[in-house]
Amino acid sequence: MARVYEAVIGLEVHAQLLSRTKAFCLVANEFGGDPNSRVGPVSGGLPGALPVLNEKAVELAVRAGLALDCTIQRKSVFSRKNYFYPDLPKGYQISQFDEPTCTDGYLDILPEGGSAKRVRIQRIHMEEDAGKSTHFGSTTLVNLNRAGVPLVEIVTHPDLRSPTEATAYLRKLHQILIFAGVCDGNMEEGNFRCDVNVSIRPVGQKELGTRCELKNLNSFRFVEAAIDFEVARQIALVEGGGLVVQETRGWDSAGNKTFTMRKKEEAHDYRYFPEPDLPPLLLTESYVDEVRRAMPELPTRKRDRFVKEYGLSQLDAEVLTSTKDLSQYFEETVAAGALAKTAANWITSELLRELKDFDGDIGRSPIRPTELAQLVKLIKKGTISGKIAKKVFEDMIQGHGDPEKIVREKGLVQVLDTGLVEAWVDEVLAQFPSQLAEYQGGRMQILGFFVGEIMKLSRGKANPALVNELLKKKTGIC
Amino acid sequence: MSDASLLLNGSFEHLRCALDEGRVTAVELARESLDRARATQPELNAFVSLSEQAEVLRNAEAADARLLRGERHPVLGMPVAVKDLILTRGQRTTAASRMLENFVAPYDATVSARLKQSGAVIIGKANLDEFAMGSSNQTSYFGPSRNPWDSTRVPGGSSGGSAAAVAARVSPLSLGTDTGGSIRQPASFCGITGLKPTYGRVSRYGVVAFASSLDQVGPMCTDALGCAATLEAISGGDVHDATSSSRPVPKFFEDTIAFRSLEKIRGLRIGVPKEYLGQGLDPEVGRIVQEALDNLQALGAEIKSISLPHTRFALPVYYLVATSEASSNLARYDGIHYGHRAKDFTSGKLEDLYALSRGEGFGEEVRLRILLGTYALSSGYYDAYYRKASQVRALIRQDFETAFRDCDLIASPTSPTTAFGVGEKTDDPIAMYLADVYTLSANLAGLPGLSMNVGFDAKRLPVGLQLMAPWWEETRLLGTAAQYQAIHPSTLTPSPVALKFGRVAQGGC
Repeated sequence: MARVYEAVIGLEVHAQLLSRTKAFCLVANEFGGDPNSRVGPVSGGLPGALPVLNEKAVELAVRAGLALDCTIQRKSVFSRKNYFYPDLPKGYQISQFDEPTCTDGYLDILPEGGSAKRVRIQRIHMEEDAGKSTHFGSTTLVNLNRAGVPLVEIVTHPDLRSPTEATAYLRKLHQILIFAGVCDGNMEEGNFRCDVNVSIRPVGQKELGTRCELKNLNSFRFVEAAIDFEVARQIALVEGGGLVVQETRGWDSAGNKTFTMRKKEEAHDYRYFPEPDLPPLLLTESYVDEVRRAMPELPTRKRDRFVKEYGLSQLDAEVLTSTKDLSQYFEETVAAGALAKTAANWITSELLRELKDFDGDIGRSPIRPTELAQLVKLIKKGTISGKIAKKVFEDMIQGHGDPEKIVREKGLVQVLDTGLVEAWVDEVLAQFPSQLAEYQGGRMQILGFFVGEIMKLSRGKANPALVNELLKKKTGIC
Repeated sequence: MSDASLLLNGSFEHLRCALDEGRVTAVELARESLDRARATQPELNAFVSLSEQAEVLRNAEAADARLLRGERHPVLGMPVAVKDLILTRGQRTTAASRMLENFVAPYDATVSARLKQSGAVIIGKANLDEFAMGSSNQTSYFGPSRNPWDSTRVPGGSSGGSAAAVAARVSPLSLGTDTGGSIRQPASFCGITGLKPTYGRVSRYGVVAFASSLDQVGPMCTDALGCAATLEAISGGDVHDATSSSRPVPKFFEDTIAFRSLEKIRGLRIGVPKEYLGQGLDPEVGRIVQEALDNLQALGAEIKSISLPHTRFALPVYYLVATSEASSNLARYDGIHYGHRAKDFTSGKLEDLYALSRGEGFGEEVRLRILLGTYALSSGYYDAYYRKASQVRALIRQDFETAFRDCDLIASPTSPTTAFGVGEKTDDPIAMYLADVYTLSANLAGLPGLSMNVGFDAKRLPVGLQLMAPWWEETRLLGTAAQYQAIHPSTLTPSPVALKFGRVAQGGC
């Protein structure tokens, strides 16, 4: 009988920090721009240049540590990781080795279809990014704009057991880092990158199997697919009597498979030693407290606040705090004067449905929070009915903006003029004498028919409450 | 003979007065300095490159204008030679290596910028051992510099060109760097005064790194007052160097003069470590140093024997720490972004590009030290070598902490011998490394150390006395040297090469 295996997975996430300047010099930390346009003596590795630590980067690293319930070390040490590569102009990367800034944290996850799980975080250390190499045949071009950008590397224990758990962890981590203002999480620009360590072992076995490291997976989908493939590959290998070899593997997204990049014996000896150009980083208790106090609201706390402060349902609050942008959109709508619950309904049901094609990215919404607030206010004031509001909303989605203008230009203002509505009621009652007789004979359902016809006649502008009231009065049935 | 020529053979203080009183101009001095640099270059090879004459004169004119406006700064208008390891914007900075043969510095080192702001006039870039790795200036890609007392001999190293330029009185001042004795040992060999400041006193930004935790820039001058003046100009915290100290900078020049006039040698407790007087010390050097100690005693100092028990580990610890850091610091010279790139690179393999470029660009001593350091940091050896060396380094520092509880200064020979011949010791790295045996410890402990001339051996070669002070007490070193030099002016005698330019200016301030 075939043995049953389990996957053992650990993750290393590199997240670029949202500081204005690079980790060790005053050159701007931005994405894009002309190649090698953001390089100074320090990030270009010129003779004589020295690193000076960016305080903002420290704050953001500590913030990441606090958001993930880590111990913030009072003393941490920068080390040099030595290796040669053209996009590493100093010949070493400044990183942290045996004394990282944050240790021993955790993140609770709820994988789809699984049960809640606590993933232990081993460490978060600070380091600088390398430049970017682009290969064209036998030529390689190097762009150092990214060199020296501050990063945190967040390393878990091998606590994950499935691709679903791995992606659940990554999504949650991604969400938290964005909420904390640590990283902007743009995976396409490479500022949230993931390496995965995968091994397998027979269920019940305590010792870990030999692991492979999967490098540079830049989407959640790739992470899932790469782990799937790798677990199957390792099981097949072992079942076939082979041994897993420790190595670094890449992901071939076209062929949907992993491939060998570097065997263990080709691995670098990084010759780590303490960076003599930077004194140890000493953080006081009060500094850490200050960072804690200045910590932006994290998703869980924000969700609870939305329930309490705005009276939202747990579900709506969950949806509205799924991304920082969405929660911000909601709060801006409320701040612009919309009723919170109505605004929440419009966003979660109407707006997000319209944005389905963009993965619900609120950043792609053609409607601004102030405009949505106006719409909600128009309903509240009775200027338009809920039904008309949906029509107005459709126009707004098309990018026509200002709901008041739409209502005015299309003449959609709700009619509250009793005389006018009365005339429509009379006209409809006169038009359908047999239905009137049936109604008066006791078929109460017919009321809805009349309301519908009157609304049609008024092109939706008649106030439904007024219509009802007048109908009852005219037909003498209460 | 011009006044400028006379003055360059005199004391720094005398020159300072002459400039301040308008008896000589910065332009006259700069012109004379450049003339001397050119005249001595064939014999001494003290410079890798000279500053452009027009630029030098422009800067000297600017200094004269400031002097005329009544501005005063101890180095205003002074010609200065800068070790070619220190970046000077728009000028070639080679580290005496083929690797950087054509490297033009795109920015000023902090010390260069501070010298310029203070009105010193940089006349050229002084020769050195390649990447400051050596004790004789013989590893320079541009050929060895030579000793103005005897040009068949080395000027010491690595700041050999800086020492030779001052000893030949080409410039009254120069900047050197000191990683294990690279200011003090050549100062001793060339009969001048050189100071390695406390680690962190002077910014390292823009100084080609050899061993980051040991490197320190410092002044070299005919006498202690010139060193004080230069130190005052270059010291102080720097936002570009996280290891620089922001503690206030004393008025070194005035304070040194005050120390001298108050004769503060009296009452100083000067410890002489018995470990520094043992095997390997040339008896003649030992005797002359003893005479100097007697002279200090005559001036009221208390001389006492002390012990620095971990001294014998200083050399191995130094060579592990320095080579380890160097192996990493020199990794950036890879032929990719700047510097030497191998021309006959045809294989298309990146490793070959590195190996060829670095093999061609670095000289033998540099390659040797990179290999040593790479080995010491390698996985499996780190604990036995680098980590252990760091631990012993802490013990060496402790030795000094303990010693300075009972004395104010520590004195020793600067080097076990006087200047040796060009070509000597080049095949025996260990014998060469022993030339720094008395100076290494100050770097390992981060202490300030000074070397001054205290006499001459039978071959008329200068002998240096090293003084070490507690952290941040440079004034005590400079003041002691200044008072000693005032009483023993023969120790300031110009070298034979300098005397070819004329006699020594007489007269006071």
